[in-house]
Amino acid sequence: MPCTDADFAYLRSIVYEHSANALDSSRDYLFESRLQQFLHSTGLRTLENLVEALRKWPDPAVKRYIAEAMTINETSFFRDRAPFEVLRFDLLPPLIRRRSSLRRLRFWSGACSTGQEVYSLAMLLLEFFPELCDWQLEILGTDISREVIARARAGRYMRMEVNRGLPARFLIKYFRRVGDEWEVIPELRRMCRFHQRNLGNGPMLLERYDGVLLRNVMSYFSSEARQRLLLNIHRLLARDGFLILGSDEQPDPLGVFQSVVTRGTRYNIPLQYP
Amino acid sequence: MDDSRFIRGYLSLLLTRCGISCTVAENGQAGLECLRCLGPYDVALIDWNMPFMSGLEMIQAIRRDSAYDHLKILMVTVESDIAHIETALLAGADEYLLKPFDEFGLVTKLELIGLSP
Repeated sequence: MPCTDADFAYLRSIVYEHSANALDSSRDYLFESRLQQFLHSTGLRTLENLVEALRKWPDPAVKRYIAEAMTINETSFFRDRAPFEVLRFDLLPPLIRRRSSLRRLRFWSGACSTGQEVYSLAMLLLEFFPELCDWQLEILGTDISREVIARARAGRYMRMEVNRGLPARFLIKYFRRVGDEWEVIPELRRMCRFHQRNLGNGPMLLERYDGVLLRNVMSYFSSEARQRLLLNIHRLLARDGFLILGSDEQPDPLGVFQSVVTRGTRYNIPLQYP
Repeated sequence: MDDSRFIRGYLSLLLTRCGISCTVAENGQAGLECLRCLGPYDVALIDWNMPFMSGLEMIQAIRRDSAYDHLKILMVTVESDIAHIETALLAGADEYLLKPFDEFGLVTKLELIGLSP
């Protein structure tokens, strides 16, 4: 018997419970493709069997796996380009001037997927700001999916992946061939670290960041979860830091960020209160 | 320009979907003829390994002729070692697309060389 609407609603509730990710029913078809390997390796074979098993034995590890498998992982290097131009020309130069005695920069890429955004930021810093060569540069990438975090840590990409958004001169400068794949060079890797973390309901980070990138993920959260997340980001952003969301995304009207529109995109600066 | 009929068809399909009209040629010499007779073009997509005239030789011929100073060149090839990429860029290719590629990769490469599909 195929999955009923109630079965899919149950699966969506599992995803929401473990990630605060509110999937629309139009994405129900993804359960089949994203969980195919899991169904095969466990012998369950069908979604219906999985739902039946979970209703009888609600295994938290299996539920977490389902939540992770259903996260969206579409990314490229220098995705959308405009945010990286804003970083290069508008945000980083004054930030670097202000940090000239501290000589440290810290960035966080939330929902970093397989790491392309993190490595793109690292390449931007190395390529266009050579004066930072002896600074402490830290870029943290987090994602709910352990699988993509493992891939991001490996820093190894296939041809189709390095084709996407990566200038050829950056490919030959910042990567080395390993078999038929391309791996980031150690100089890049040293600046970047990756951790599995749930934006929706996991423990928040403790460090302060000069810049946060959280692009094209807010729309997957409920309004309440978005507001909670934005307040947390406001708390961990440096007072003179910045937040970059997707170009079509705006912070909810909490009044804790001010949007600046430039170069066809926008960034957000934290408002301060006495 | 590609000696593979499949690649010529695939690229034509993707470019057309992006709103870019194109002419195909199966080798460098035919490609140069198209440039001379059917231009002007905005971008030339060139394979490396072709009969009669390689893609590299074609790039060199194009860059020797100031009439094509405006022409962007995207190398589209299975050759993926660093030496090939460096050679193509030094010879005058503006970008380099590795085979196999998908629409996402092609579009972002075109954007990198200033074309907005």
